[in-house]
Amino acid sequence: MRPEVNLGFAAAFAPALLDPTRDVPAAVAGRGGKPAGRRYDVYRNNVTVSLIDALAAIYPAVQRITGTDFFRAMARVHVRESPPSSPLLFEYGHGFPGFIARYEHARTMPWLADVARIERAWLDAYHARDAAPLAPTQLAAVAPERLADLVFTRHPAAQIVRSQYSAVTIIAANRDSAPAERIDASAAEDALITRPEFDVVVRHLPPGGAVFAACLLSGQSLGEAAASALDASAEFDIATNIAGLIEAGAFTSISFGDAG
Amino acid sequence: MITANKPATVPLRFSLPIGGIAGTSFKPEHLPAILQAGPQAGFFEVHAENYMGAGGPPHRALEAIRRDHPLSLHGVCMSIGGPQPLDRAHLARFRSLVARYQPALVSEHLAWSTHEISFFNDLLPLPYTEATLRNVCDHIDEVQEAIRRPLLLENPSTYVTFRESSMSETDFIRAIAERTGCGLLLDINNVFVSATNHGFSALDYLGDFPLSCVGEIHLAGHAEQSDDEGNLLLIDSHDGPVADAVWKLFEIVAARRGPVPTLVEWDSKIPDWPILQAEAAAAQAILDRCKPAAQTEDRHAA
Amino acid sequence: MSAKLAITTLALAGALSTALATLAAAAPLTKAEADAAIAAKKEKCFGVALKGQNDCAAGPGTTCQGTSTTDFQGNAWKFVQGGTCASIDLPGGKKGSLKPV
Repeated sequence: MRPEVNLGFAAAFAPALLDPTRDVPAAVAGRGGKPAGRRYDVYRNNVTVSLIDALAAIYPAVQRITGTDFFRAMARVHVRESPPSSPLLFEYGHGFPGFIARYEHARTMPWLADVARIERAWLDAYHARDAAPLAPTQLAAVAPERLADLVFTRHPAAQIVRSQYSAVTIIAANRDSAPAERIDASAAEDALITRPEFDVVVRHLPPGGAVFAACLLSGQSLGEAAASALDASAEFDIATNIAGLIEAGAFTSISFGDAG
Repeated sequence: MITANKPATVPLRFSLPIGGIAGTSFKPEHLPAILQAGPQAGFFEVHAENYMGAGGPPHRALEAIRRDHPLSLHGVCMSIGGPQPLDRAHLARFRSLVARYQPALVSEHLAWSTHEISFFNDLLPLPYTEATLRNVCDHIDEVQEAIRRPLLLENPSTYVTFRESSMSETDFIRAIAERTGCGLLLDINNVFVSATNHGFSALDYLGDFPLSCVGEIHLAGHAEQSDDEGNLLLIDSHDGPVADAVWKLFEIVAARRGPVPTLVEWDSKIPDWPILQAEAAAAQAILDRCKPAAQTEDRHAA
Repeated sequence: MSAKLAITTLALAGALSTALATLAAAAPLTKAEADAAIAAKKEKCFGVALKGQNDCAAGPGTTCQGTSTTDFQGNAWKFVQGGTCASIDLPGGKKGSLKPV
């Protein structure tokens, strides 16, 4: 490799892009060698606005809930603290839900971070690898005595987001432009996000369902998952949950664990 | 995972030249209108990075477009002009897209967008020196080695200049083309924007530009602001129709160069499909007028 | 095996056969049905799904253009009414309204 000589221009140019309190770099100029001033600000503006716009595109429900001005002010703080590390913009913002949870001006909306988690999972599911969901007929062929050891393979798009608040109801009411209705945020709601073919679908899981689904998605056996779910909720219904997860396209295939 | 240096699985391919046809940016919101209208004579250009996800609707849309039209794959985030080594994982993704979609045109920018670990999502400028020239050429060699075909490099629009620059932009670009064998994507709106911003003549720039290396032309709209001295400062905003002055420059270039694939870019405040289509038709009319000029490339089969 | 509540083979087999019967009987919800169910605020059960709007919420696209909208300098949080947050009630009657701190 050649030694890197005289290539410090990026180190000189970059630091002030996301920090308007820093001086405009002296290495660049406007016409006739004048200080770059507002010309450099064009780059600051392009960077900041395009990254705020990216967050707005990933989190439309969060923006609708907070209003545009609040959202952009909040997003601007996050963009400055945590610019993207990948050139793939659709991967940006995984840190935004955690940021919202810490953001002091969003404290009156404790459910907002969970809404953001579902929106981030929505976009992950949107770009996930294509895979055919498990066909119910494959299950019908399993011998009853082997059912407890059955292991499901997670569909690349399948994810779970658990919330102490009514995050699914809130997102359902804010992901489009339907008129706002009163929502009681106090009921805990867990979400299952899947994309069996090309449409991302968000579902509200019944009691115990999130524990059950999380166990199965992480590769635990059906017997273990059902036991954990019943521990978590006496209302848990195995049949409803198996049917629901399969209908949602949460898995691609089945196999048998090494328990035995 | 680093897979950029495994060229064996990608055959060396040069697509048939598509000749002097006009194309447009492909925007997913236009997909229903485009499919409903059926196959068209034009080509479509996409930003490579938007199709670097593993699966899902973006690939379905791109496959639908690619089935009936030539494709131009336009990278916007490779950071070819940056001092740090290219992101090997990103290069591998770019290479995979080229292999999968077999685009007629493949291009990137003379700019940078990543510094250390931060990605700035903007096309940032670089000084033009012997050191940056060597660095850019090394990066282009690496890209062309990975994709097994020549790249078209786009001239930037800029708002500032670097005090350390020791050569003109056109000299810099000509040297890149000579040293690497890459082609050039001449963005005429960028020329007009930079000429206005820095107070040079766009015609002089085009006179110095190595037109024989140009494999694609870009046209786009811009917006007007002003700098600290009150001088007009143009923003390369791609949010409106192509300006009259840019159309005029395009006619001059097309007459000199002969017809080459020409793209109308429209990336913000995106209009309904017929409006974008009409811009492309205007470009096509200019290309068709200069067809009789010494044009040795095969025309795209109708 | 876990020390948790044991699930018998018989129970699992019964549940699975019920599940398969359910799957065989249930036609998937159409978008209109799902929307209607959400509108009726019945989204408390498994089968009702919120479908994403793939066309209008496909996430961000890259840029190779500058922006003509100036919005990079603001630091201060602004008090804004305009979002839907005021319609979301918290336990104890608190509302998620945005008040200046």
